[in-house]
Parts: sequence; structure tokens; C-alpha cells
Amino acid sequence: MIEPSAEEYSAENAPPLTVEQAIANLRSEDLSLRYYAAWWLGKFRVNQPLVVESLIAALEDEADRTELGGYPLRRNAARALGKLGDKRAVPGLIKCLECSDFYVRESAAQSLEMLQDKSATDSLMQLLSGGVAAAVEVPGRPHLIQPYEAVLEALGAIGATEALHLVQPFLEHPVLRVQCAANRAMYQLTGDTRYGDRLVKMLDINDLKLRRVILSDLGAIGYVAAADAIANSRVENSFKLIALKGLLEHQFDFELNKPGLSDNAIKVMNLMDLLL
Amino acid sequence: MNELIRAVTEADSPDRMLAAVQNLALAKDVAAIPTLIAVFGYNNPAAAVVAVSGLIELGESSVPQLLLQIDDYNYGARAYSIRTLAAIADPRALQLLLSAAATDFAPSVRRAAAKGLGKLHWDKLDGEESSKAQKQALATLLSISHDSDWSIRYAAIVGLQALTKIPDLQQSIQTRLEEMFATDKEKAVRARVQMAQM
Repeated sequence: MIEPSAEEYSAENAPPLTVEQAIANLRSEDLSLRYYAAWWLGKFRVNQPLVVESLIAALEDEADRTELGGYPLRRNAARALGKLGDKRAVPGLIKCLECSDFYVRESAAQSLEMLQDKSATDSLMQLLSGGVAAAVEVPGRPHLIQPYEAVLEALGAIGATEALHLVQPFLEHPVLRVQCAANRAMYQLTGDTRYGDRLVKMLDINDLKLRRVILSDLGAIGYVAAADAIANSRVENSFKLIALKGLLEHQFDFELNKPGLSDNAIKVMNLMDLLL
Repeated sequence: MNELIRAVTEADSPDRMLAAVQNLALAKDVAAIPTLIAVFGYNNPAAAVVAVSGLIELGESSVPQLLLQIDDYNYGARAYSIRTLAAIADPRALQLLLSAAATDFAPSVRRAAAKGLGKLHWDKLDGEESSKAQKQALATLLSISHDSDWSIRYAAIVGLQALTKIPDLQQSIQTRLEEMFATDKEKAVRARVQMAQM
């Protein structure tokens, strides 16, 4: 699950670090400096060949381990690689989908969603094997056995229609966030408005965090019929603006070469103006 | 009135708070102003929205206290104050809107101020003062139209669009909008420029 990033504090609040320092820190003896550098380089989207190569190498890091056997540096490297948009990272990220650390698998799936490379389809589908019946919580841990939300969202973003039969059953998964992700993916894979409408209906739910997630889902799929529902939802304006921006950009995608703005685009912008 | 005010201060649930604020706003009494402003700080968005419309309805008479009671320590509350001042559009808010748009750390506050800077009631100032105020608003909006946060640039365009009603400012606004349309990396921002140019 990617939290929508409606940070109320402006982003320029990271401790000062130069690009050169951050790159050097990726190879530092001090593991905490490496961990921080990996995050920093993604955050500030330092898309340089050496950075990408170092981060890909960090996906196989063995030095940085948590007590439970997790791989903190791999997690940050996987997250950063999604933001840098370099497809050379795809094979390494696909390999991470088999990592023993849940959070590495989750970060890799999220980044593969951003990179939208078809070659990840089979490995992502693998993580849905066993279907809803197998998609249960890990005892004593705050997550399910696989990062289902991220996997479903990635399959939707990639346009993996061959995964439809695996995605559809997750519409009935007991965890609402997983249901949201399944609806989002189903809409992207089929274009059927029933799935978009289902997300809109879920906005009534009495859970602020989930409403924020649904707004980000609607923004991500650019579901323009949800514009009014987004503007009227009980969520902070920052989140509504980001969701409506998603709708607006989706309108623009179709019309990039046409002069003027569609009625839908104008409608969305009028709603955005009211939220300033 | 005292009773309506007390109902707000003593409300012990979000729903009771909302009902009490609704009743107080309906009274349309200037005595309600400080209490309505205080509601911005109660972390009850539904009640805050009602308080905003109550204060907007009271109009200019709530401006001095809105300016005085601005909450420097709670950006949520501050955003509601700025939105209210922007909607009332009394030019006495100019200095506050200028500094909020340019220097507040909270994007929600800055966006509300940027929008407000475009549509103050300039005619309430005399000629020379009015043109000086308009130029200050323009300078601030042009400056924040370069911000790194897309939503601030978006709000700056909304402010600039409103300022195009002033003939003296049109040329520099058009120039900046054309530049943004050509260079901004966010499609949403470019789309808003296009709408401003229609």
C-alpha cells in the first residue's frame, strides 16, 4: 500500500546532503548512512547511472539485517529504484519478489507498479497463487503473507489482462484495503465502471485512513465520474487535490494533442479551485 | 447569545459540537465571532466548515478579529482563517495574505492565501493605495508561481487569473502564464494555465 503523500510539511525538510555525499554514503562502512542515502537518492530522484547501479547492487545486500531477519537496505533500495524510473532495475526487483522479507517484496511490487514493465507479470501473478484462501495474516505480524495490495495494483498498472482471473476473486477479500486494490486493478484491466463505482461507494466508510487510500486509488485510475464524490468526501483538502489532479492528468493523457480543454477537465479544475 | 456560545464551549462530542456551532452561526450575531474563530482550533472539520460560512456571512465585521486571532501554532486552524479572509476579500487582510502565501510552511495555508490575493475588493482602497496593493499581490503571486510544490503553483495561477481583471497587470501575467505553459513539468499545472487563458 502506498500512502498518498499529502505531506502538510513541505518536502525540503531532509537533513542537508549533497548528491556526491549521498552516492559516496551508499558504499559507506556505516550501514545507517547507506540506508539513509538510499532513501535520500530516491526522494530527490537522483537519476544518475552510478546511483541506479549502486541501488541495484544494494538489492542483494547481506550486511544490513534486522533482528527478525529483514533487509532494511534492500527495502530502501527497492523503493528508490521505483522513483528513478530506470528499467534496468526491473530484473533485480523481480528477484526481490521472492525475498524472505515481506517488506522487500512489498517495496519491489510497488516499484514495479511505477516502472510498469510487462516482464514482471508472471512473477507478480505467482504471489497471488493459492488465491483468497491463502491470503491470510501472518500470525503475530501486522501484514498478510504477501503484499497483496501492491501486487494487485502493479498488475493493474502494467495492464496484465492475463491476470484477470487471479485478480477478480480478491474483490471479496475480507481486508477492505485489498478489496480496494482489487477494484482498482479490475477497473484498469477492464474499464468497467462497476469497479470505479464500487470504490466511490466505499468512500462512505467510517475510517479516515481508508477514505484517503480510496481517494488515491481513484486518482491513480483517473476515474473522472468520481470527481464530485472526491470533492465532497470527508478527507483533508490536500488529499482531495491530489486525487483530482490524478483525474485531471488522466483527461489530459487522452487529449494531449487536441487544442483546448474538455468539459471534464474544466469541471475537475473548478472543483480543485474550490478546495484551495 | 451567551447560551449559544456556552453550548459550543461545553459540547462534549463531535456531533454536539457541530449542532452547537450551527445554531451559533445561524444567530448571525457579531458577538459570536470570537467563538466561531476558536472553533477552527477544535480539530472538528465539519464544525469548522460551518464556522467559516458563518463568519463569511458576517462579512467585514469579522475581519479585525480574524486578523487578531490568527493561530500561529496550528496550521489547520490558520488555513480556515485564511480561507475565511480570502472569501470576505476585505483588503485589510492584504499584509497577512502576502506573508502567508510567501512564507507559511503549511501548503494548505499558502494555497488559500494565494487564491485570496487575486480577488480582494480593491475598490475599497483609494486609487494610489489600491494600485500599490495590487502590485504587491502580483509580485507575491509571480514569486510563488516558481514554488517546487505543484499545488502552490496551481493556486498561484488561480490568483493570477483573478488579477487579470486589472488592466495594468495583464501584460506581466500573460507573459508568466505563457512561460509556465511552456515549461511546467506538471500536466495539471499546464491545464490550469490553459483554463486561465480561456
